[in-house]
Amino acid sequence: MTLLAVERIKLFTTRSPWWCMVLALVLTVGLSVLVTTNANENFPATVATSQAGGQLGLVVIMVMAALAVTTEYRFGTIKASFQAVPNRTALLTAKTVLVGVVAALVGEIIAFVSWAVAYLIKPGPLMALTTGQDWRNVAGTGLVYGFAAVIALAVGILVRQTAGAVAILLVYSLLVENLVALIPKIGTKIQEWMPFNMANNFLSAGAPPSAGGAGSPTTHMPLSPWGSMAYFVGIAIVLLGIALVSANRRDA
Amino acid sequence: MIEAVGLTKRYGRTLAVDDLSFVAKAGRVTGFLGPNGAGKSTTMRMILGLDRPDAGQVRIDGKNYRSLNRPLRTVGALLDAKWVHPNRSARAHLLWLARSNGISAKRVDEVLGQVGLSAVAGRRAGGFSLGMSQRLGIAAALLGDPSVLLFDEPVNGLDPEGILWIREFMHTLAAEGRTVFVSSHLLSEMSLTAQELVVVGKGRLIAQASTADFIAQAGDNAVRVRSPQADTLRLALLDQGLDVQPGEDGALVIPGVSTDQVGDIAGANGVVLHELSSQNGSLEQAFMRLTGDSVEFRTDTAKALLAAEQTAPPGAGVPAPDVNLTTTAGK
Repeated sequence: MTLLAVERIKLFTTRSPWWCMVLALVLTVGLSVLVTTNANENFPATVATSQAGGQLGLVVIMVMAALAVTTEYRFGTIKASFQAVPNRTALLTAKTVLVGVVAALVGEIIAFVSWAVAYLIKPGPLMALTTGQDWRNVAGTGLVYGFAAVIALAVGILVRQTAGAVAILLVYSLLVENLVALIPKIGTKIQEWMPFNMANNFLSAGAPPSAGGAGSPTTHMPLSPWGSMAYFVGIAIVLLGIALVSANRRDA
Repeated sequence: MIEAVGLTKRYGRTLAVDDLSFVAKAGRVTGFLGPNGAGKSTTMRMILGLDRPDAGQVRIDGKNYRSLNRPLRTVGALLDAKWVHPNRSARAHLLWLARSNGISAKRVDEVLGQVGLSAVAGRRAGGFSLGMSQRLGIAAALLGDPSVLLFDEPVNGLDPEGILWIREFMHTLAAEGRTVFVSSHLLSEMSLTAQELVVVGKGRLIAQASTADFIAQAGDNAVRVRSPQADTLRLALLDQGLDVQPGEDGALVIPGVSTDQVGDIAGANGVVLHELSSQNGSLEQAFMRLTGDSVEFRTDTAKALLAAEQTAPPGAGVPAPDVNLTTTAGK
């Protein structure tokens, strides 16, 4: 608990996390408003389209999570941290838990605000949270954000510098997972097992295809929605494990 | 007390610290002296468990740093004053450190007052001058009221007032029975601050001694004497098997003797003296000689100086043919 309090003080006494959270909210809700107002009979506004900006907010929150550790390396405070708490595994785990929980909360807020705003613009049965799929699509966002933050932190711990970590996270989540499908024959098979594609399957599997690029993934996914989420969590935990081993072995 | 035994650290092909053993005792200010690149900071990081030694170990009051419970209460350290998030306030920086080791927020305000930063506690640390950053670093080191304190080059970049403040501060801390271990590449500063010296060069231990002993042993002590009968005096001194070298203004410089000896010889030979003084060799010269082979990055000027130092004694302008020019270096 002490270490969580320490990390809470560290996270909220600098400005960048606040900026990242506000930016994530504005971008996501903004996109939701755009998609919803542009909806018509052919592309009706649904619960799924209200979450169209989720990917954008996710990227910003991952940047926030990576920054939480790379700025410590950038400014040398990681040395002060390890000096105060020589148990690096405990310290970095506490940081991961705190940032993960904050990211999850932000994800929940973003998802429900996006949905509520969309509902206000185009109220109707398509916007009501009725099925389990509807709820998963909105409330599941927090889970995805939380574990995506864990992945971002793990990458930050491994790479140790902001530019590198952010570049890897952006290029990977926005480009690599989409472009990998271009590899002949095996491309789409690999893509099915990519972690962020899995997370997307968790959120949107079973949703009616609609406007704004949201909706169920085009390929048939090998795992159920919750199986996909478990897979995503597994990837996050394995990456964090590797990062913790590395942090303990390397000089600070 | 800090005890290092056989400490070794390698970065790639560079041997940064090579089988280094030393002790820093409680109640003393121990200076950790060596040229830039001698492995001082690396050693300090190993003491704090930040870097892992390739061999050997270092113990603080008998314990490995990583096994200390709430380490800030045992060891306070200032390795780099810039290890602060620039957008975090000074107080917030100390607050998370304090929280991590179960130290009260009241103590944070106390140390801020102690280093004179109370008025700027809420300001972001990135806007601090070097002197203020240094004070913040010292406040962080004092937070846990530790029995062992480490400072890496604490006077670097400070103004004279700041230097004086830190020097007296370290003396106070040692007088309270704490172990104070402070590194520097500045000899003159160390001779005023440290009571004990651990001298390193190229990662190896060159000497561990009290500062007074180190200066006496390594320093180039000599007697300078001026006389209207210089030739007579020189012959008399040479008769006694002493080494006589020409000094400035026609003076004679006799290394490794006391003024008593020279005065007695002059008196016995009826030589009038206009000046008889002892010259304490500068610590810099002693240091250069001892670490001469251990400096990693040397300028051409320093090389030339060192070469001159090794071939001719200081002050020897034009060597007189009848003067013994054997250098006194290499003790």
